[in-house]
Amino acid sequence: MMVAIEHYLAMGGYAVFVWPAFAVAVLIMAALAIDSVAGYRRRLRELALLEGDLP
Amino acid sequence: MSGFLRLVRRDLRLALRQGGDAAMVLAFFLLTVALFPFGVGPEPEVLRRIAAGTVWVTALLAALLSLERLFLADYEDGSLEALVLMPLPLEIQVLAKALAHWLTTGLPLTVVAPLLALLLHLDRSGYGALVIGMALGTPTLSLIGAVGAALTLGARRGGVLLSLLVLPLYIPVLIFGVGAVEAQIIGVSARPHLLLLVALLLAAIPLAPVAAAAALRQAVE
Amino acid sequence: MFRFANPARFMRFSAAILPWCAGATALLLAAGLVLALFVSPPDYQQGEAVRIMYVHVPAAYLASLAYAVVAVASAVSLIWRHPLADIAAQEAAPLGAGFTLICLISGSLWGEPMWGTWWVWDARLTSVLVLFFLYLGYIALVHAFDDPTRGARAGAILALVGVVNLPIIKFSVDWWSTLHQPESIFRLGGPTIAAAMLWPLAVMALGFTLFFVTLLLVRMRSRLLAAKIRALRLVG
Repeated sequence: MMVAIEHYLAMGGYAVFVWPAFAVAVLIMAALAIDSVAGYRRRLRELALLEGDLP
Repeated sequence: MSGFLRLVRRDLRLALRQGGDAAMVLAFFLLTVALFPFGVGPEPEVLRRIAAGTVWVTALLAALLSLERLFLADYEDGSLEALVLMPLPLEIQVLAKALAHWLTTGLPLTVVAPLLALLLHLDRSGYGALVIGMALGTPTLSLIGAVGAALTLGARRGGVLLSLLVLPLYIPVLIFGVGAVEAQIIGVSARPHLLLLVALLLAAIPLAPVAAAAALRQAVE
Repeated sequence: MFRFANPARFMRFSAAILPWCAGATALLLAAGLVLALFVSPPDYQQGEAVRIMYVHVPAAYLASLAYAVVAVASAVSLIWRHPLADIAAQEAAPLGAGFTLICLISGSLWGEPMWGTWWVWDARLTSVLVLFFLYLGYIALVHAFDDPTRGARAGAILALVGVVNLPIIKFSVDWWSTLHQPESIFRLGGPTIAAAMLWPLAVMALGFTLFFVTLLLVRMRSRLLAAKIRALRLVG
């Protein structure tokens, strides 16, 4: 079992290329998603505050 | 046509009165090229290898120097608004300004390029392609530059922004300009590269003035 | 003419489809990862390194698609002066820049084992690098003016100038002989890659596209909320 996982992770000797490629894609896309959603949430909160202030 | 020529003459006179734009550009060109032997060492073999690229890259940067002022004076003293309203189409006026810019930068650069190539020990067979390439390529640089200059009018840090916008668009000219020289040196025809430079110029002559004029109109709106 | 171009209508429409888009994105990306990393076979020439394709090709495709969105929205904004088009162009640009960066880095990581070099200065790689700089220049130009409408206009013109780069990217592999392999998917006469690889790739590409659409909607909604907040502050 462990051998099978290790064999898989080695990616036929290309591990140092395959895994960073996927990691970079995940990191950049996660950063884009977090930036977009965080900005959106912040403005939703701000708007709720402002509208709560109104009579 | 007379309006076109009058604009070219006006811009030339302005450029010459401002203490010789052309002289400054040439001085920058010479100085920067002269830095390379100190940077990479004076061995003729090394210099010969990088000569064409060095001359072209430095010419690109030198052409960039005076771009920022292409429309800036007219923009700041308000005469740009008058130019927009003139009966002569703004696109043609942009063409005139780009021509004046080329006459004060691209043309002098082309003339002194062989001298600098000599200092860098460029292979003798490469001179023809270098000069013809620069004569065909530098007008394209002025035209693309006019678009960048018009877009960054009134922008914060306009100068730096201008280089960020314009330099990537200069890459094709650089590739084919250097390609022509290299081809000539290894003994194949430089013609395809030079024809591609002509194609770039023929595409830039109608397209760049349209884009630059659109940018100028929104700048004075 | 533009059914969803009215900001209020856009908010309603986007609120309705956003959860579906987000859900579909999550499903497709998860399925795509499983297919790409476990199900798809190793290549007979490239071995396991071929798996890099499943992030590289979708990212490359999205890099161009996002630029096309920026350019079309810019044209709409210049011709019809529609505020939503400006927002769409400006919010698509950072996403496109992100995909271009993924494309460049994953391509580099694929190039080293396959070609023996991280980078070559050929037409395809250079034109994609220029695309990245165009995105950066566009973003910088939009934010360089005190008056946001001027930034939007100048950016829109730059975006249209930069369109000349898209056909160069697309055809660079056919026009110049290069290390980069030619188009194997969108070509006349059908794809040349094996179905066992085409399926995972298609799922990934669709996942990337929906990811882009979802985030674009979120970012556009965010911009409209910001406008509303500014308006409320002025009143209050």
